[in-house]
Amino acid sequence: MACIEARGLRKAFGATVALDGIDLRVEEGRILGIVGPNGAGKTTALNAILGLTSYQGELRVLGRDPWNERDRLMCDVSFIADVAVLPRWARVSQLLDYISGVHPRFDRAKAESFLGRTSIHRASKVQELSKGMVAQLHLAIVMAIDARLLVLDEPTLGLDILFRKQFYDSLLNDYFDRSRTILVATHQVEEVEHVLTDLMFIDRGKIVFQSSMDEVESRYVEVMVRPEQIAAARALKPMYERQGIGGSVLLFDGADRKQLAAMGDVRAPSISDLFIAVIGNHAQAQGATR
Amino acid sequence: MNIQLNAAPEAVESSAVAPSVSAAPLPFYWSLRRELWENRSIYLAPLAVAGVVLFGFFATLRHLPATMRAASALDPMRRHELIEQPFDMAAGLIMVTFLIVAVFYCLDALHGERRDRSILFWKSLPVSDLTVVLSKATIPFLILPLFTVAVTVVTQLIMAAFGSAVLIANGQGIATTWSELSFFRMSLLLLYHIFTVHVLLEAPMYAWMLMVSSWARRATFIWAFVPPFAICVLEKMLFNTSHFALMLLDRLTGGMEALSAPGTMPMDPTTETTVAKFLTSPSLWIGLAITAAFLFAAVRLRRYRGPI
Repeated sequence: MACIEARGLRKAFGATVALDGIDLRVEEGRILGIVGPNGAGKTTALNAILGLTSYQGELRVLGRDPWNERDRLMCDVSFIADVAVLPRWARVSQLLDYISGVHPRFDRAKAESFLGRTSIHRASKVQELSKGMVAQLHLAIVMAIDARLLVLDEPTLGLDILFRKQFYDSLLNDYFDRSRTILVATHQVEEVEHVLTDLMFIDRGKIVFQSSMDEVESRYVEVMVRPEQIAAARALKPMYERQGIGGSVLLFDGADRKQLAAMGDVRAPSISDLFIAVIGNHAQAQGATR
Repeated sequence: MNIQLNAAPEAVESSAVAPSVSAAPLPFYWSLRRELWENRSIYLAPLAVAGVVLFGFFATLRHLPATMRAASALDPMRRHELIEQPFDMAAGLIMVTFLIVAVFYCLDALHGERRDRSILFWKSLPVSDLTVVLSKATIPFLILPLFTVAVTVVTQLIMAAFGSAVLIANGQGIATTWSELSFFRMSLLLLYHIFTVHVLLEAPMYAWMLMVSSWARRATFIWAFVPPFAICVLEKMLFNTSHFALMLLDRLTGGMEALSAPGTMPMDPTTETTVAKFLTSPSLWIGLAITAAFLFAAVRLRRYRGPI
């Protein structure tokens, strides 16, 4: 069964279309990264999946309708929708008590053991913790919930690099197994790059790119073209061209690697380069149709 | 520390035997606990006022023997009033505190969690909007009134005990005091009064404020009080009548027509006719229906509402 299945998912806020008919299918056991510019509709899409916002179209998450069954869905789904949303007045011990009391799949011992690795005290109030510690606490809570789907929306925004690294490390090492699905939306693409199994770009409410990471690696190639080869390289119709420090960098979709290797240094593009290429082209195409 | 050391192996054991299985979830109970953790004024404010009342009473204790001597010379009606007066005042002050706490609690109940964005955390747990709204409504409808009655009764007992001690130390008898003060009757009256007037009759008011707190983006206080006030003013200007204002006033002071004696609040449960009349009055049930409608709206609104 697909973990998430959406058909024609649409959401408009007044005249602004946040989601413009999205079709999506996420299988179990994947880690999908959702990348998009500000206001592209990432958060709206995640909110629809979590039952936080109404929508038009069809959407099933773990076989349920999130808008009408949010409370039941949350037995199997956990999420961090933003940094620092834990109630500031609460003590750490109270949060653990509360979640143990309401969540059938929360393993308190597990949460305690994650917290044991941090310097967070049970008697501290959330408002006394640093931003990084609040994120650690939230992650400890979420990782102690035996959920089938975990949704993260900018979970590390505003945290320092050390915390961000730790965050994704523990997520991969202590939480992820092949039966769980993780959805993560972030701007800090380079951090999730090596974590993902699938990648999706959203722009202006539409999915403009969708692929597995394996496919990304085999299909896309970036070449730092030597100046004398530039005309020949351009003839192979690159997706995107940018100026690097040592010359032009051309990004190709499905070109012959041997042929490209003769023109310069070949390497795998980073997600951010791919993103700029795809979104840049999408923006141009949109401009042309107007 | 000992507790932790003892608890650790147990926890490991239980998680090894049955991973991720905890006791049956009790979302309503824990949602109530959450309200009491978050809003400590629910119990701190009545306690603080009770403390002030007791302090004031202790400060005047030295006048008590003289007052009692004067009281014995009065006719029974006046004597009863004089002896009961400090006890009624204590009950009144704690009651006013209850009303103030209830109003502020309701206006913030579904607004605070959106303001501090913690609604995103609460909504990530398997607790329905209905459970959350009902647990919040339980505070003014049950927890606060019961606690108010308990604090009042305990305060009055402390007052009576210390008063008696002072009288005995002065060589005066305490029989008059205890015969005039019927604690059981007084407490029962209080319980009856608070649940009829301040819970059942005023229920639509609390439900309205809960709904406003889940609807308004800001200034819940203004949104709660300006519309009713505006209706009163408009009615007066357009029709030169005050039906809406009178209805509100009626409800806030205890629904006169529902009671046997006009002009009295439902104070005395000892006459069965009063209770029967109160419980069968249409205005009570219309009010409760409106309460249910407001609460239902608050539940629906919470589903649509995110952080502000």
